[in-house]
Amino acid sequence: MEAPLIQVKDLVKYFPVKKLFITVGQVHAVDGVSFEIMRGETFGLVGESGSGKTTLGRLMLRLLTPTSGDVVYNGRSIFELEGGELKEFRRRAQIVFQDPYTSLNPRMTIYDILSEPINVHKIRIPDKREYIVKLLETVGLGEEHLYRYPHEFSGGQKQRIAIARVLALRPEFTVLDEPTSALDVSVQAQILNMLKELQSEFKFTYLFISHDLSVVKFMSHRIAVMYVGKIIEVAPSDDLFSEPLHPYTQMLLSALPVPDPKYTRSKQIIKPRGQVPSAISPPPGCRFHPRCPFAREKCKAEEPELREVKPSRLVACHLYS
Amino acid sequence: MSRRDEILRIEDLYVHFYTYAGVVKAIDGVNMSVLRGETYGLVGETGCGKSVTMRAVLRLIPPPGRIVKGRVIFNGVNLLELPEEEMRKIRGAKIAYIVQDPTAALDPLYTSGFQVAETILAHEENVGKKSVWERVVSLFKSVLIPDAERRVKQYPHEFSGGMRQRVVIACAISEKPELLIADEPTTSVDVTVQAQILEVLEDLKKTQEMTMILVTHNLGLVAQICDRVGVMYAGSIVEVSDVFRLFEEPLHPYTRGLLNAIPHVTRTQFRLEPIPGTIPDLINPPPGCRFHPRCKHATGICKREKPKLREIEPGRFVACHLYRGD
Ligand SMILES: Nc1ncnc2c1ncn2[C@@H]1O[C@H](COP(=O)(O)OP(=O)(O)O)[C@@H](O)[C@H]1O
Ligand SMILES: Nc1ncnc2c1ncn2[C@@H]1O[C@H](COP(=O)(O)OP(=O)(O)O)[C@@H](O)[C@H]1O
Ligand SMILES: [Mg+2]
Ligand SMILES: [Mg+2]
Repeated sequence: MEAPLIQVKDLVKYFPVKKLFITVGQVHAVDGVSFEIMRGETFGLVGESGSGKTTLGRLMLRLLTPTSGDVVYNGRSIFELEGGELKEFRRRAQIVFQDPYTSLNPRMTIYDILSEPINVHKIRIPDKREYIVKLLETVGLGEEHLYRYPHEFSGGQKQRIAIARVLALRPEFTVLDEPTSALDVSVQAQILNMLKELQSEFKFTYLFISHDLSVVKFMSHRIAVMYVGKIIEVAPSDDLFSEPLHPYTQMLLSALPVPDPKYTRSKQIIKPRGQVPSAISPPPGCRFHPRCPFAREKCKAEEPELREVKPSRLVACHLYS
Repeated sequence: MSRRDEILRIEDLYVHFYTYAGVVKAIDGVNMSVLRGETYGLVGETGCGKSVTMRAVLRLIPPPGRIVKGRVIFNGVNLLELPEEEMRKIRGAKIAYIVQDPTAALDPLYTSGFQVAETILAHEENVGKKSVWERVVSLFKSVLIPDAERRVKQYPHEFSGGMRQRVVIACAISEKPELLIADEPTTSVDVTVQAQILEVLEDLKKTQEMTMILVTHNLGLVAQICDRVGVMYAGSIVEVSDVFRLFEEPLHPYTRGLLNAIPHVTRTQFRLEPIPGTIPDLINPPPGCRFHPRCKHATGICKREKPKLREIEPGRFVACHLYRGD
């Protein structure tokens, strides 16, 4: 882990809210987000539904155009890439979605599904069939599955196929958007182990998105916490859990039921108050202030910036200024 | 365990689904005992039969499913032998059932308060309109919906997912049920909303002296709020224990497998330990113990004979040949 592979710079994405074709407001899906991901790192992104995780992941792959801000990949703005360079970026940066049920074309065999990216990107390989069988073996499937159709596979197997399709392109960077949220725990364990093994074998860089804190902790080196379009805390994985700094992070962790009855019943509970505010008109100042047990006058007026408050700990909260 | 304390007892329950592909042997001899006042956790992975078991209790198995045999004894009465008319008086009134998706449970065309009022009127005759409305407001308060007087007049789409689930809970408890079956009540909501719903449920349990069965695949939830736990696998209960001993020293190889397969925030793990193999096909389930093809301890007898759920130490039951006494 030396130089950052990706730098996200003050990224903003607003979606118009329309009523009868007239724009009546904006969803502040991603609202001024900056961070870096190192080569070979798994950067975790947690937050409740609607906090902007998927939008951020899609922006970083140029699957969406930002309202403002930039994403720099290997030193180049991805939004300036054209022609061959854009095509090369499309090969190197991939995404795996949550839902293995809809991400595979039901009318194609596994062989065709895995051939497609190889053909599109004109990946040069001596023997395509052999290459595809190897991909299948890498994700724990085999030659016998080549000419089957997606419906013949379980959810976990379909997610393996989706991952094999990404591997076919030998990417550097992959956004994993809730890749195991639709799967049962015993299947989830297989997929998470596999993703970790693939990373150490091929030096992949991951953006790992999930609403499940324990899964994100298991997978990530560092974790960013999102709340209504903002990153409010970034910390090394273990530190975030042993010493959460932002009051929202504290609330999230205290609300998380832990599979250890003695621990989970004795831990300090910060009762979640109120509800997640609308992303169309987020509260002024700190977005968390209406729910924050420590909110002061300043929090209502002034938006806190994400700052380093101690080595490798970033938090956006006036309590630490 | 003295039988006197039992509110619900399921004996030797079998439910099959008669599909074109074959007979799905979904529930294969479930035995379960729920004590009055407790929170019983029914836990297991998708498809293991949690919902079908609970639906059998209410006799709400949809076709092509059928209860093949078994007894469901609620307060000493076998529900499977009651005339439908009697059963209707129990459903919703004595035993309430809430499901995962609150959106499907509410009608978008009526105000949320009206829907709660409707449940009351369905079960009670001779209640005045005014007193019903007062009760609806107080039910909204008891599920901690802020600003209850105003909220009862709003439509379901004006509520967030978490608030909608509270309305569903308000419907469920309107008749002060003795038993509340909550089937994955928080699976579609975020953790902070989940914490708020759990608070509502635990609060109700105390104030209304309810018994609760929490159906879930989430072992964290079980650890957090259940007193006793039944672990299900492929149509049977394979282990029953109080919650502390279950997590401290799980007995059944499947329970142990589950606990090793999940990431724990309180531990440093470099790898998870997946359970090998996959969930069996319930049309042609494996003979003997249905878990044997995935079990590293399996021996000859496991392939031949289905282990019975036996008490091997006070309060701990396991269905596994590893624990045969002889
Ligand atoms: N294409 C879109 N048009 C309008 N609003 C959108 C669109 N995509 C996402 N949003 C909104 O942006 C916000 C963030 O959504 P999303 O990135 O999907 O969050 P998450 O992945 O954290 O659940 C939500 O309020 C969502 O409704
Ligand atoms: N309508 C149906 N037709 C056929 N099989 C069904 C039907 N409903 C349920 N089943 C079978 O019953 C099993 C148990 O389902 P269910 O009780 O819903 O599981 P869960 O533990 O996820 O609640 C499933 O694996 C499925 O095989
Ligand atoms: Mg998302
Ligand atoms: Mg179910």
